[in-house]
Amino acid sequence: MTTSYKQPTTRGYYGQFGGAFVPEMLFPNVEELRTQYLEIMADPAFQAELQGLLRDYVGRPTPLFEAKRLSAKYNTRIFLKREDLCHTGAHKINNTVGQILLAKRLGKTRIIAETGAGQHGVATATVCALMGLPCVVYMGAIDMERQAPNVARMRLLGAEVRRATSGSQTLKDATNEAIRDWIANPVDTHYIIGSVVGPHPYPDLVARLQAVISEEMRKQLLEKTGSELPDFVVACVGGGSNAAGAFYHFLDEPEVRLVAVEAAGHGVHSGHSAATSVLGKPGIIHGSKTLLMQDEHGQITEPYSLSAGLDYPGIGPLHAYLGEVGRAEFIAITDEEALAAVAELSRLEGIIPALETAHALAALGQLGAGPDDVVVVNLSGRGDKDLETYLKNMDKLI
Amino acid sequence: MDRIKHAFASKHNLLNTYFTAGYPSLHDTIPLAKALVEAGADILEIGMPFSDPLADGPIIQGSSSVALANGMNLPVLFEQLKGLRAAVPETPVLLMGYLNPVMQFGVEEFCRQAAAVGVDGLILPDLPLDEYEEFYQETFQKYGLNAVFLITPQTSEERIRRLDSLTEAFLYLVSGPGTTGGTTQPDAEIQAKYFERIAALNLRNPRLIGFGIADKAGFDRACQHAEGAIIGSALIRALEDVADAPAEAARFVRSIKAA
Repeated sequence: MTTSYKQPTTRGYYGQFGGAFVPEMLFPNVEELRTQYLEIMADPAFQAELQGLLRDYVGRPTPLFEAKRLSAKYNTRIFLKREDLCHTGAHKINNTVGQILLAKRLGKTRIIAETGAGQHGVATATVCALMGLPCVVYMGAIDMERQAPNVARMRLLGAEVRRATSGSQTLKDATNEAIRDWIANPVDTHYIIGSVVGPHPYPDLVARLQAVISEEMRKQLLEKTGSELPDFVVACVGGGSNAAGAFYHFLDEPEVRLVAVEAAGHGVHSGHSAATSVLGKPGIIHGSKTLLMQDEHGQITEPYSLSAGLDYPGIGPLHAYLGEVGRAEFIAITDEEALAAVAELSRLEGIIPALETAHALAALGQLGAGPDDVVVVNLSGRGDKDLETYLKNMDKLI
Repeated sequence: MDRIKHAFASKHNLLNTYFTAGYPSLHDTIPLAKALVEAGADILEIGMPFSDPLADGPIIQGSSSVALANGMNLPVLFEQLKGLRAAVPETPVLLMGYLNPVMQFGVEEFCRQAAAVGVDGLILPDLPLDEYEEFYQETFQKYGLNAVFLITPQTSEERIRRLDSLTEAFLYLVSGPGTTGGTTQPDAEIQAKYFERIAALNLRNPRLIGFGIADKAGFDRACQHAEGAIIGSALIRALEDVADAPAEAARFVRSIKAA
């Protein structure tokens, strides 16, 4: 029997990474989810409702677009998986639609979430509005400043946005606050975590809900190239949800090279970076054992990236494992390189990508892909939310 | 008889005080321990500050940030704790903190140094039971360290009995939903029922109630349902911006223990 990279052990481990390191106060919540998620997701009625919403509300399947001018520039065949065309502008809603249906089946009446760039917060606020459930989103005070339009969107959608003022006041701290809220509200509340992070079963749950991305890619590639399998799949990684979704149905196809692109910030070794696969060591963050940026005493350090969606000091345990065993390759891209990729895609293909997504695009020159290779880039989000950052850096973009 | 068993055998209504090592000043650890015990604290819980304390509310988060900024870390703490048993010879002492700093220090080395300075037990809230049994229990026991586990209103009887079988110290009853230092009073009737339910289980170990206990009234109420109580955030709050932290800590303990 061949082993699959997809499925963690019953205790949620991918190799040495994963698990559920939660205080006793959270044990019943996590256990309730762990014992029920697979059964609920396998229920045909759940699947019918999920597939209906993905089609009619999210707008799936998203197109697989052959980017011919970009392909000419890199002398290879590049396809863009257009997750930026999902409702709310990014892949995040694939997960929140699934989790809100799960929450309803678990009898939960209140939803909480964390958000970094605000995309997951918006996607959560959106499905809460759709289902008529109250929604509280925790967001770092600094992220609320730099992603103000998304704060406004969440509020317009009826969510309460709570400012996380502890620590670095970014995604890590917003996640801490969401977990503390869950500890205080253990019975009625479901926590919709936004990435393939956190205690088991979240990494697996979120990966399964995002796996629709690679499921569609395979069908679309067959139609457009004659083969379900590309040579490369490229995706950016903060916590790693879009990468998990883009990789999922290729994990057990060894001929497909999986490329995870991290944020190097000012440079991997500049002291201002979020390149966890290089700078991290195994440790515990948010209930999961994974690669983690920390000091010599095990205190979690503050990551840096110009993009609010990538400055997370850990990565999902699946990605830590894929990196350790060599199934995925990691590339780190600086702020400057990502901004250049924003300009490039905008000019060559008429698509303004999110800053997070631009990191994946900026890796195209480093793949070593040849003219006969097929490269799929997961275009995880659109750039509207980053306009302010782009305006501030216009000298680098024009 | 070990210090923890002796304390529970010889005293009633035990007060366990928590403070964060390195707060308010880096070198307050031993003077605070001495002052707390001399004023009447029966058990000490010394917090090992962590950057991301998930089970803690804003007060202990704040004290942890200050302690880290003051330069507290495990090597510094163990150096300070070499003076622990000269300062508090008989009092049970537990180290409380999160798993990651312990993992990075090395679990075996951590246990070895903790035992060497006279620590009696460990509270690591994010160390799950399965992991404890599989990877940690043997090492803890080798160094004579008792693990203390938390129980909440949602913990099943089966799990409570399992936790009870895995410790020889006491069980830490979390008073209600929420992180440490919570200010919303849980429904008194619901809370009493929970404490009575636990009392009726006739567990092997004594119980201490913690989370949200801030003053003498709260302490006395907890003592009606258990062998004593744990106070942390309220003590930390009392130490904020004071000139003489040990004197203030002693005053705080006397206010709780006053007849």
